[in-house]
Amino acid sequence: MQQETDKTGYFGSFGGRYVPETLIHALEELEEAYERYKGDPEFVEELEGLSRDFVGRATPFMFAERLTRKWGGANVWFKREDLAHTGAHKINNALGQILLADRMGKSRIIAETGAGQHGVATATVAALYGKECVVYMGEEDTRRQAPNVLRMKLLGAEVRPVTSGSGTLKAALNEAIRDWVTNVEDTHYIIGTVAGPAPYPRIVRDLQAVIGRETEAQARERLGGDPDAVVACVGGGSNAIGIFHPFVGREGVRLVGVEAAGRGLETGEHGASLTGGAPGVLHGSLSYVLQTADGQIREAHSISAGLDYPSVGPEHAYLKDEGLVEYVSVTDEEALEAFLSCSRLEGIIPALESAHAISYAEGLAKELGPGMNMVVNMSGRGDKDIGVVAEHLGIDAREAEEASGDE
Amino acid sequence: MSSGRTEGQARAVSPAEGLRAAFAEGRTALIPYLTAGYPTLEGAYEVGEAYLEAGADVVEIGVPFSDPLADGPTIQNTTNRALENGADLGYCFEFASRFSGRAPVVLLVYYNNIFARGAEEFLSEAAGTGVSGLVIPDLPIDEAVAFREMAGEKGVAICPLVAPTTRDARLEKAAEAASGFVYCVSVAGVTGAREVLPQGAVELLRRVRQKFSVPAALGFGISTPEAAVEAAEAGAQGVIVGSKLMQIVADGGPEAAGAWLRELRAALDRGAGTEG
Repeated sequence: MQQETDKTGYFGSFGGRYVPETLIHALEELEEAYERYKGDPEFVEELEGLSRDFVGRATPFMFAERLTRKWGGANVWFKREDLAHTGAHKINNALGQILLADRMGKSRIIAETGAGQHGVATATVAALYGKECVVYMGEEDTRRQAPNVLRMKLLGAEVRPVTSGSGTLKAALNEAIRDWVTNVEDTHYIIGTVAGPAPYPRIVRDLQAVIGRETEAQARERLGGDPDAVVACVGGGSNAIGIFHPFVGREGVRLVGVEAAGRGLETGEHGASLTGGAPGVLHGSLSYVLQTADGQIREAHSISAGLDYPSVGPEHAYLKDEGLVEYVSVTDEEALEAFLSCSRLEGIIPALESAHAISYAEGLAKELGPGMNMVVNMSGRGDKDIGVVAEHLGIDAREAEEASGDE
Repeated sequence: MSSGRTEGQARAVSPAEGLRAAFAEGRTALIPYLTAGYPTLEGAYEVGEAYLEAGADVVEIGVPFSDPLADGPTIQNTTNRALENGADLGYCFEFASRFSGRAPVVLLVYYNNIFARGAEEFLSEAAGTGVSGLVIPDLPIDEAVAFREMAGEKGVAICPLVAPTTRDARLEKAAEAASGFVYCVSVAGVTGAREVLPQGAVELLRRVRQKFSVPAALGFGISTPEAAVEAAEAGAQGVIVGSKLMQIVADGGPEAAGAWLRELRAALDRGAGTEG
């Protein structure tokens, strides 16, 4: 069964448009523009051309031979979104939305960012299309992801650190929405994930579904059919929705979304909204939310800035309740271990976000057993994370170098 | 619950009607906002008392929310502090009940606080504590259909927000949905003090007055008596003042806020307050 949103923007009982009245007109305008252009040959040609020449699609589908051998279970395949321009899947969405913004006559672009990958992707496409660009980023994240702040500035974007709350992704989203309410006439908000008010979850999903379509075709060519399982990390959930989309409801394909268990679900310090949250309204849609009994939103925690978010896209909430996708979680420590094994065994430094998926994949590979095929979405590369990782391992960069020399 | 006031049998009818009646006298209604639990759990009561003494016609009570995305920095600071002070929903209802017998009370509440409590239960508690109406900044009319019906059954009025960006067709829908007053957002933006009445506000009020049978109140950024008089001249039947008052409370305490409100009342009475 394939899920589709109806006109009001719901996935089952999740989704909707819970925003200040000022933004309603802009959302309607966006919806109209999207309906008008998504099938327009000129739009499609421009998007596909840039996806190929600028982003470097299709991204490779790679057999992870040494991990497969080490784990001794199913064959492990990586969908290499880390090789997309700017280093993560985020560019797929940013590119599609800048095309829309351009056609809507918007001269100013805003975005929120957690890990900085979406901010970099947005700054990149804004540069490509000559638009003014402002990126909101939690102050704590500007520290954790300093290299990405510099990249955004080099691309001509203004980065505004957000100090409210814990200074992470949730606060950045609040500020981006406040900016949009204030400057709605000339500004388009490129939201970075499948969250937010309708029609964003659907637009972002459609733009990220290119990952799934490519995976499907590549699996057919290399494996002679569908993979037996697809694993992806879930923060807001855009890389996961993207790769899951064509496989949802398909017999024989297990879909697994991996959330951030942070310091452990039992500690309350995590980012696992689906596993540890309850239905609620945040940032414009009804979905699973980490919250108190009174409905105050709790701060999330994850070693990975991109998963440090107390809600999740509403379509994931629907897929969970319908039992179409399994949602599990992985702790900071487990993700770190996977980060290291992937770096050393496959020569790929994964984003800490993607490392969550890799960590869960180990157990799943063993469970599935030899001869089966499992795809892991390598949603981004980990260059941005080396500082955080070094800090957690209690080593500075020089020691890290020496340690790796000892191997 | 019994009314502490003696003058009107009109007030005995229903909280929603009491709310509309607060506008009925041909003078601009004064609707000051306060954040429940700010500056302290006890201090907030003093702010409310100062508002009543200064002649508030309706008191708007903000239920603090962790992520108030329609609010600017001033009100964010008050809600953050209130949450740190422990202003939970139970406190907010208790707080509302202390004033609802003396003036109509509306709650400014973000939808997740309602959703988490359960809409039915939230409305029962609101009605039980004498709350007349609800302003829900992140619940646009399309999402509010079922909730509105429930609120109607409990006798709690819905005060929809409309903005300069709201097109005429939606204004008509909002007019149908409104059972309290219609909250006109003066400007595309978040709450916060502004020097002058924004251009779009005048045009919005004109459109609203044509379409709505319930009273029109203007809010977001009214921070001087002059702007309030201008709003009244443009057709506002009530003015909502929030950020400016919260700033005064922060700087000078409840008495200062009361004194400023009295000035505002006087300016409105001198000015265009007798329109209509």
